[in-house]
Order: sequence, then C-alpha cells, then structure tokens
Amino acid sequence: MENTVILSITTFLPLFGAAVLMVFLRGNDAVAVRNAKLLALFTTVVTFLVSLVILFKFDPSDTGFQMVEQKEWLGGLTYKLGVDGISVLFVMLTTFIMPIVIGASWKVETRVKEYMILFLMLETLMIGVFVALDLVLFYGFFEAGLIPMFLIIGIWGGKDRIYAAFKFFLYTLLGSLLMLIAMIYMWYVSGTTDIEALMSFDFSSAPISVLGITIAGGVQTLLFLAFFASFAVKLPMWPVHTWLPDAHVQAPTAGSIVLAAILIKMGGYGFLRFSLPMFPVASDLLQNFIFFLSVAAIILTSLIALAQTDMKKLIAYSSVAHMGFVTMGIFAFNQQGLDGAIFQMISHGIVAGALFMVVGVIYDRMHTREIAAFGGLALNMPRYALVFMLFTMANVGLPGLSGFVGEVLTLAAVFKVNTWVAFGATSGVILSAAYALWLYRRVMFGDLIKESLKGLSDMDTREKLLFAPLVFLTVLFGVYPTLVLDITGPSVEALLQHFHSALGVVQTATEAVTH
Amino acid sequence: MLSNDISVILPELLLAVYAMAALMVGVYARKQEAISNLILWVTVVVFVIFGFWIGFAPEGTSTAFHEAFINDGFARFAKVTLLWGAAAVLAMSRDYLAKNGLLKFEFPVLVALATVGMMMMVSAGDLMSLYLGLELQSLALYVIAAFRRDSLRSSEAGLKYFVLGSLSSGLLLYGASLVYGFAGTTVFSGIYSVVGQEGLSLGLLFGMVFMLAGLTFKISAVPFHMWTPDVYEGSPTPVTALFATAPKMAAAALIARLLFDSFGEVVGQWQQVLVLLSFLSVFVGALAAIGQTNIKRLMAYSSIGHMGFAMMGLAAGTEQGVQAMLIYMAIYVTMNVGVFAFILNMERDGQAVTDISALSLYSKVAPGRAAALAALMFSLAGIPPLVGFFGKLYVLEAAVDAGLVWLAIAGVLASVIGAYYYLRIVYLMYFGATENTLNGRMPMLHGTLLAASSLAMIVGVVNLFGVETLAGMAAATLLN
Repeated sequence: MENTVILSITTFLPLFGAAVLMVFLRGNDAVAVRNAKLLALFTTVVTFLVSLVILFKFDPSDTGFQMVEQKEWLGGLTYKLGVDGISVLFVMLTTFIMPIVIGASWKVETRVKEYMILFLMLETLMIGVFVALDLVLFYGFFEAGLIPMFLIIGIWGGKDRIYAAFKFFLYTLLGSLLMLIAMIYMWYVSGTTDIEALMSFDFSSAPISVLGITIAGGVQTLLFLAFFASFAVKLPMWPVHTWLPDAHVQAPTAGSIVLAAILIKMGGYGFLRFSLPMFPVASDLLQNFIFFLSVAAIILTSLIALAQTDMKKLIAYSSVAHMGFVTMGIFAFNQQGLDGAIFQMISHGIVAGALFMVVGVIYDRMHTREIAAFGGLALNMPRYALVFMLFTMANVGLPGLSGFVGEVLTLAAVFKVNTWVAFGATSGVILSAAYALWLYRRVMFGDLIKESLKGLSDMDTREKLLFAPLVFLTVLFGVYPTLVLDITGPSVEALLQHFHSALGVVQTATEAVTH
Repeated sequence: MLSNDISVILPELLLAVYAMAALMVGVYARKQEAISNLILWVTVVVFVIFGFWIGFAPEGTSTAFHEAFINDGFARFAKVTLLWGAAAVLAMSRDYLAKNGLLKFEFPVLVALATVGMMMMVSAGDLMSLYLGLELQSLALYVIAAFRRDSLRSSEAGLKYFVLGSLSSGLLLYGASLVYGFAGTTVFSGIYSVVGQEGLSLGLLFGMVFMLAGLTFKISAVPFHMWTPDVYEGSPTPVTALFATAPKMAAAALIARLLFDSFGEVVGQWQQVLVLLSFLSVFVGALAAIGQTNIKRLMAYSSIGHMGFAMMGLAAGTEQGVQAMLIYMAIYVTMNVGVFAFILNMERDGQAVTDISALSLYSKVAPGRAAALAALMFSLAGIPPLVGFFGKLYVLEAAVDAGLVWLAIAGVLASVIGAYYYLRIVYLMYFGATENTLNGRMPMLHGTLLAASSLAMIVGVVNLFGVETLAGMAAATLLN
C-alpha cells in the first residue's frame, strides 16, 4: 500500500486555518475583519489546490479505495481514510464550493472572525464525511457538522433563525442517533468498524419476528431502516423534509449554499456507501417504498414550490424534488441509475448553490426575498438576468446544461425497472419547469415599476468572479458529462456487481430452502 | 499482619490523620481567615499528591482486615478520579467562600473527611466497611450542604439531604442485615460463594434490592432522585459542584463493587433493576431539565440523566460495561469541573446569578469563556467529536453487546431530548436577545480549569488520554 497523507492534509487544512484565526487574529477593527476574510479565503483556496492533487492521483480504473491511510484509534476503532470513484467527486465538490462560499460572505459584518472559523470547521467536517472509512469516524464527522451549522443559522440567520436552528439540529440528531445504534450493532455482529470490510460482510437477512410481527429481510431491514432514518432526514426525502425550507430561509446566503451544495448530499452519499453494499436484501425489499417516496417528493414538493412567495423557500423545495431523482436513481440498482444519481448530486450542488447565490445578490441589495417585491429586474441588471436564466435552465434540466444529464439518466434507469415511477417522475420535470420559469418571470420580466428597484446596480466584479467558475462547470458538465461519469463508472459498476451477486446468493439460498 | 493491613490502607489513614490535624490547627489558630485559607490550599495539594501516589502505586490487588478493605486497580482508578475531582472543586471554591464569608477551616476539613469516606467506599470489601465509608461521606456532606447557616435555602437543603439520606441509609442497613442473615457473612467474597453455591434465596434478593435502593439514592438515579434538584439549588455553589463530581464517582463505583463482588453470579437478577433505573433516569433527566431556569437545578437534572447512562454500562453486567461506566464517570467528572468553574463565577454587578437567562449574549462579553462553555455543553449533550460522545459510545456499545438494544435505543432518544436543553444554553449565549448579561470577571484558576476541561473534551478525541486502557485494566481487576 502506498504511503500517503494527502487525504488527512486536505481534511484538516481548513481546521488548521480556523485554529490560526482563533489564536492569532485579535481585535475587531476593519483591518482584523478584512484579515479574517482574506485568511479564510486563502485557506479554502489552498485546500482546493491541495485537493486537486487527490484528483490527479486518482486512478478511475481502480475500483477499490485509494490513497488509504490507516491508524489505530481508541477502543478498537481505526482512523481510516480513503476515496473511491463514488466519494472523490464529493470531496472535490466541497473544496471547490468553499472558496465561493467564503467569497459570497464578503458582505458579512457581524462577528466575522467567528463566522469564518465556523465555516472552516464545517469544511473539515464535510470533507471528513466523504473520506472516512471507519463507521464511528464517519459518524463523528457526519454529526459534528451539526454544531457549526447550528451556530451559523442561529447567529447570522434571519428573523426566525432560532426556531430553524433548533429544528435543524434536533431533526437531524434524532435521525443520526438511530444510525449510531445500528452502527454499534454492526460493530458487535461483525467485530469491525472498517467500512471496507463491512461492505463485504453478510448481515443476516433471515426473517425475524419482533413483537409478533414478522420482518422480511430480518436484521438487514432493521439496520437499513435505522440508516434510512438518518439519510432520509439529511437528504431530505419527503415527508421528513420540513426542516430544510426553514433552515434554508433562515440561514445566511453562504449557509444556504453549503447546505444545498454539500450537506444534503451526505444523505445520498450515505445510501451509496452504506445502504446498498451493506444491506442489499433490505434495499431490494424496500425498493418500491423508496420509489413511492421519491415520486411523492418530486411531484408534491414541486407543487408546493409553485405556491411559494419566498424565493429561497421555492429553491429549497425544488432541492427536495431534485433529491427525489437521486433516491429514485440509486434504488433503480443499475449503472445508469447510480451514475445518474451521483451526477445529479454533483450538478445540483453546483446549480442549487449558484441559485442561492443568485438570490443572495438581490437580497444584499434589497434585504428581502419576497418574490412580490421584485419585477422587471432584467431591464437594469442584464448580466444578472443572464446568470439567473442560465441556472434556472440548469435547474429545470435544459439539455446542454448539467441538470439535464442527471435527470435523463435517472429517468432512463428507472424506466427499465418501473415505468409508472418513470411516468410520475417525468411529470415532475414539467412542474419544475413551471415553478422555475414562473419565478424567473415574476422577478426578472415585466415593467420596472417599483421605485425602490430602479436604482439597483448590476453585479459587481466580485459577484461576477464568484459566478464564473459555477457557470463554467454547469456548461462543461452539460456538454461533456463523461468527465464525471468516467470517474464514477468503474466504482459504480463494482458496487452493482457486488450488490447483485449478494442478492443472487440470497435468492438461490431461499429457493433451495423452499424446494 | 497488622503492619501489612496498615500499609494497605495507608492513604486513607494518612488522609484521616491529616483531616484531624487540620481540624486541631484550625481550632487553635489565631488568625482564622489566614489559617482557613492555608488549610484549604494544603488540602488541595494533599488531594493532588495522594492522587499521584495512588495512581502510580504498583499494580496488583491487596486486601486488609480480612478482606474488609480491598485495594485493587478498580479502587485506584476510582480514587484517583474522585481525589482529583475533589481537589479541583475545592480549589475553585475558595473565592466563592471568601466572597460569601464562608471561608472557614471546617470546610476543607469536612471535604477531606468526606473524601476519606469515598475512598473507603470504593475499597469496601465487606458490608461493614461499606457502611462505614458511606456514612463518613454522607455525614460530612450533610454538614457542608447546610454550610451557609444564615441562609434558609442552604439549611433547607442540608436538612432535606440529611432526612432523605438517613432514610436511604436505613434502607441500606436493612438490606445489609438481610444479606448478612441469609448469607451468614458480611464479606463480599463470602456472599459471592454463598450465592454461587446456593443461588439467590428470597432473603438475599430482598437484601440486595434494598441495598441497591439505598445506594442509588446516593447517585441520584430515578426513582430516588427527588432530593437532587432542591439540594443542588439550595447548597452553596461549591458544595453543589462537589456533589456533582466526587461522591457520584464513589457511589457508582461502590454499586459496581457490591454487584460484581458479591452478586456477580446472578447478573440476571439485578440486571433488570439497573435497566429500569437507567431507563427512568435518562428520561426523567432529559425531560425534567427542559423547564428549568436555574442553572444549578438544570445541572441537577443533567447529572440524573448522566447517572442513567453510567448505570446503563453497569446494567450490561459485563467487564466491558464496567469499563464503559468508569470511562463515562471520568469524563463526566471532568466536564462538571469545567461547568462548575463557570457557574461559580456567574455574576452580574458583583451579585451571584444562577438564572440561565443571564447568559444571554454572553459570547459578546467573553468570547473565550462562552466558546469553552459551549464546547462543554455540546460534550454533555454527547455530540461528536467531543469526548462526551465517546463516553456515550462506550456505554451504548456495552449495552448493545449485552443484548440490551432497546435500552440503548431509549438512551439515544433521551439524549436527543436532552440535547435540547444543553443547546438552549448555547443558544442563549450566542443568539440571545437581552443585554442584561453577566459581567463578572473570572479568576485565573477558574479560567484555567474551564479552559483545561473544555480543551480536554476536544483534544481527548485523539486517544482519550489513555483513560480507556486504565479503565479497562480497572474493570478487569473488578471482575476477576
């Protein structure tokens, strides 16, 4: 095994930056504030550059974990990091988004030092989630992310920030603690917390009876449901999505970007990393259940989005709908579905992040997110109108932009499995076009009649610079999706092979018993 | 033989002699103020030194006075924790005592006597030495609960603690007499062999349950927790800090000792009792704390919940469970030292405040202290990566391994509810509204303890400072 610490460096570099900020930066004057921002930006940019090394060192043809680091930790746990085709892009997405997030926070004026410290801490924790290869290590990163996010929403959030912060925290905590119990049980049964080892461990799927109710899939189903509780809340899936709109609306712009771009992706990543490989039988059993929830999410939340008067809330509901495609793709259990789901998550990370920034631009100027407060902005903000249009289209899934690829792949995948689900989901696409375009019309078009809007200036250089990389990637992934699919492909294929063989073994065993 | 016995109990003996000597010096000294101060600091130093002495003592198990006193790895682990916990609390109390005219030489002397009692408790190998240690500890604590004689609340707290404590001692004694009557011996190892040979007779079962009831009173596990909030609130704050740390460790260790050394053959019989205690404690601790506005009462309910988790480790009935309990208690004591270092200095315009709303926007007044307290609160709530999470992880793991999955799930649900009130403190400090906040200064010592405790919660993630191995060794000696 090659000896490398690149993953540890990438993971803990932001934390190091936060520590430097905490210890060395004194005072509250304009210079200190500026230094805090610059230092945070510098740290995130360096982290991104370091993470590029991971991408270059990464060998897509190798389906195992790469750049693995392993050390003994407490109580039989290991400190083990590694990336494969499924996780490496999430790491890249995180390190890529963070400098933009810091840039988007340039106008923050209250408690800037703490703000930057929390975002840097959050970056470490988010990268950690995607590289951790030990159950408890993963759980630690997964859960610890709640602390900075709780404070970010609570301190810098909007009017109802306290309600949103508590709801966010307790909702996700409840979900993830059930996962913790499941993890401890898995540890007990298998004797290891190594994710790589657990992926090939056979958890019993013999039916068991709890309180007189027979549970098909047995232990696997229970474990699956415990993990599901956590990931479904995080992703979020309908009907446990209600924390997301609240959190999004109240969070500051940068917080919304992180939430939409990365934090909710942890749920989808969790399904791919844990649910499918470790509990194949249960995943198979509950396929229709997940399909139902996914389609419900796509259609219902799209309808809810139509009725929103707050821009951020509208985008938040659209996120829930888009995550419906992700779960639908994952549980189609075929190459297109999984590839499409990962692609959808990466693309949504970029596009939804950009949309929250789009809202942030006019929020910074007008201090309101009410759709009714705007209208006719296209007249005096032409460049802004262009950017807004591009991301709206990407969100809707216009061919040639990144949003299209994920949707079409997941839809094609699910069509092979269940046409009715594909039918339902496709009608959701139409609805998404309706709410997104309607939003655009109400904000950008029409006559510029509101006095307060007449003096608005178009985007400044900082804002243009922030949008440029996002625009670039949206178009690039839209016209050349192979960039992403080449990296994910082999790992997804290996995962599916393992999944289907595990299912096959169980099925032949059951058939042998029944005959 | 006698010299051998003496050498085994030497630390306890010397500490008792020291307490008497300090008492004499205090009584006959002229400058009361100065001498009280001196005695307090000397006691702190003595505690710390004794902690090192016991901690670095050679390994191995030795007994004294026909097994009435056992000095093994388990006892040493508990003693070091409680000695250092008591030392930290005593050192913190000086300023509070001086400010409130309570700096009298009796205070450190009483704390020293209580500590001798606690050390006796964790080393008890016989029903008589058990009771001896327990009463020495309790009597000293009754007095210091009422140490503020001119305060109605403090006297009330002392009296309440005394009356209920005596009742629990009565239960314990009744149980002990039943056990003696049915086993024919008071030595734990004797009881163990009787239980092993003849099983648990009805009389022994009754005796065991009564003794457990008496002991759970001391760790304030539900349903014997009623006294806790009132006593915590009424007692002078340093005394509350002491209640929350060292005696809890001692009593939890004593329960482990009694159950494993004398009833270790019939785990199934007492497991149900502990499961119930644990279940009720975690939920009552979590639910009742939500409505509290006084930080001392809040910490009382918090300690009830934490004791529930410690009992969950014991309920597993395995070596792993004992280890988990010891780790949990060590972490718990460390966290509480930090939190009380803060509470002792909650002041507004020179007036002590215990209302949590006074923490409003504290992060603007003192960012460093607020961050340290926030870290401790997240740790108490059991959020990773703070060390408090690992305490819970060990306990839950032990419970799941012992087949108590549903208890672990209940514990997890309770800790979500509990997270709410810890978060509320963070919320007040960071997002509060009113400006009517604390403005007291914090002395160097308290600041250091607060910082050290919260840093330990963060840095401890790396290897828990080796506590895990030590606790593992300690648990192994208890079960063999």
